[in-house]
Amino acid sequence: MSRNRANEPADATPARASIAAESSGGVIPEGILADGHSYWGLSVRRLLRKKLAMLCLSLIILMYGGALLSPLITPYEYTAQDLSQSRAGPSLAHPFGADRLGRDMLTRVIYGLRTTVIITIVSLMGGTLVLGVALGLLSGYMGRWVDSIIMRTGEVTSSFPDIILILIFVAALKPRLVDAVQGFEDATGIDWIIRLGLLDYAIISVALSIFGWFGMARLVRGQVLQARESQYTEAALVMGASTARILRVHILPNILSPLIVSVSAGLAGVAGSELVLSWIGIGVQPPVPSLGRMMFENGSINVIRNEPHLILFPIGTVTLLFFCFNILGDAVNDAFNPRAR
Amino acid sequence: MGAYAIRRLLWLPFLLIIVTFITFTLLRFGPGDPVQVWLGQHQNDEVRQRILDELGLNDPIVVQYVRYIEGVVTRLDFGDSFRFRGKSVAELMAKKIPVSLQLNLAAIIITLGVGIPLGLFAALRQGTGIDNVVVAVALAFQSLPVFITAPVLLLIFALRLDILPTSGWNGFFSPNIVMPAVVMGVPGIAIVVRLVRASVLDVLGQDYIRTARAKGLAERVVRWRHILRNAMIPVVTSFGFTIAGLAGGTFIVEIYFGIPGVGLFTIESLFQRDYPVLMAFAIISTTLFVLANLIVDLMYPLLDPRIRLGAGHVA
Repeated sequence: MSRNRANEPADATPARASIAAESSGGVIPEGILADGHSYWGLSVRRLLRKKLAMLCLSLIILMYGGALLSPLITPYEYTAQDLSQSRAGPSLAHPFGADRLGRDMLTRVIYGLRTTVIITIVSLMGGTLVLGVALGLLSGYMGRWVDSIIMRTGEVTSSFPDIILILIFVAALKPRLVDAVQGFEDATGIDWIIRLGLLDYAIISVALSIFGWFGMARLVRGQVLQARESQYTEAALVMGASTARILRVHILPNILSPLIVSVSAGLAGVAGSELVLSWIGIGVQPPVPSLGRMMFENGSINVIRNEPHLILFPIGTVTLLFFCFNILGDAVNDAFNPRAR
Repeated sequence: MGAYAIRRLLWLPFLLIIVTFITFTLLRFGPGDPVQVWLGQHQNDEVRQRILDELGLNDPIVVQYVRYIEGVVTRLDFGDSFRFRGKSVAELMAKKIPVSLQLNLAAIIITLGVGIPLGLFAALRQGTGIDNVVVAVALAFQSLPVFITAPVLLLIFALRLDILPTSGWNGFFSPNIVMPAVVMGVPGIAIVVRLVRASVLDVLGQDYIRTARAKGLAERVVRWRHILRNAMIPVVTSFGFTIAGLAGGTFIVEIYFGIPGVGLFTIESLFQRDYPVLMAFAIISTTLFVLANLIVDLMYPLLDPRIRLGAGHVA
């Protein structure tokens, strides 16, 4: 959440720039250049030219793809134990070594990555894109009491360090939900909801969404307010365009680039929150692997001294992922906010 | 500006009521209760009910909540800890807060002390190799969450080199503070470097810089009075968020290095269901957060006279 908000001043620039161009009248708007490419097309092309960012994007896609396909590409089961390999160092059979119970670390790291990947996708989709954009549109377009309620609620959720409230939220609600789902499983004979960690994923994603939508909503609201005042919206209204059409054709395109910037900047934040929750021990529960839990379990002095591979491989993976997130977020911001460069 | 500050401060009590109510209900809604935790292996329903009655935990939630708020508002009484019987939360917190404050202060000194000069340095050499190196290193460090830097630093400085202690707390001027403060400060350095750099570059492109140079001001004056002062605005804004981020990072560092501060205390209390401590924490952190953001807002006009508060300002 804080990341989204910190980004706002920069996010607002394209809109400001285009307004300035509009009001100067007669001059070709900044976004559209002589060769006929739109602001949008130019931004994407600028992004494609950044080699490091593209490398990072490929790495992220690779990691995300690998994580989502983890059952197919991992050499072992994540629960498969081989006590003779307990704490084994890296070898051909176990490239990342094996943990205390002789479970293959490579497998566990990939599955841990899957946990992070699923939670970031679901929270960003749910929180930032769906909740944030919808509430922002609603807030900006409806105005009056709808606006007040949404904005005040958002201010409350962003008025304290969110991680603490997420902690309390998860700690309080999860056991109740686990009970409920266990009842449901007993009644229906389904047995995989808790075993596969789906419930954990759902709760953490919901918690992160609840506290993560406001930055986006405020951004969207600002854009809507600006677009609503503009002459082209007025013209569309006069010509009888419906509310849905105005939102879709005249307002949504204005939001797209801050949206992309905000999402790419928010990736690391969401992934970080998931890691923290699992690290503290109220995130995804064992045996479902999570990188946060792995780093907690293997973070003790003894492990660091005697079997550093148990901590270095999860750390390396997370660092690489975060590094790629940051480079990409930076490049996207550069490409879509030319003035902020 | 005064009216604006007062309006913002008037919002604080409402916010506190909402936050405390949510925290209060969530905590009570959670499973288990503090008495269960105390009794451990010796569960005895009769004893448990008696203690619950004594503590007033069997009353309806609203009654408990009103009683709590009444205590806080009329007597500044944050209740007694469930876990440390007979000790008030205020007394316990009073011991923890200074520790966390000192740790945070050390981290902020590291963050700003390294970040601002590096950012300026990189921006004034934009496009050169040095600039690229600084930015790349900053990005690499930003990619290092606390629970990653901590074990690596431990591995190097405590185990291999054996020059810093692994954990514990000995006050501000002791070697114990070095690793936790560095771990907390490092991710922030990257953010500050990038912010300062971006914002200096932004300012460099402004007309008033060209004007200042055109009228023949010494480069030194342009740099310090025109560039740095204007470039600090976004840095100050982000500072509010840095504080919030630190609050989040504090407890991980405190757990990791066994530092007896607010963060460690709060997490222990969460697992022990020590409600009054958690409530006090919610109140303290919300107030701090709101005040930090208010101070940040009030600092804008000092840095940039063009900004006027209140008019059309969306909180």
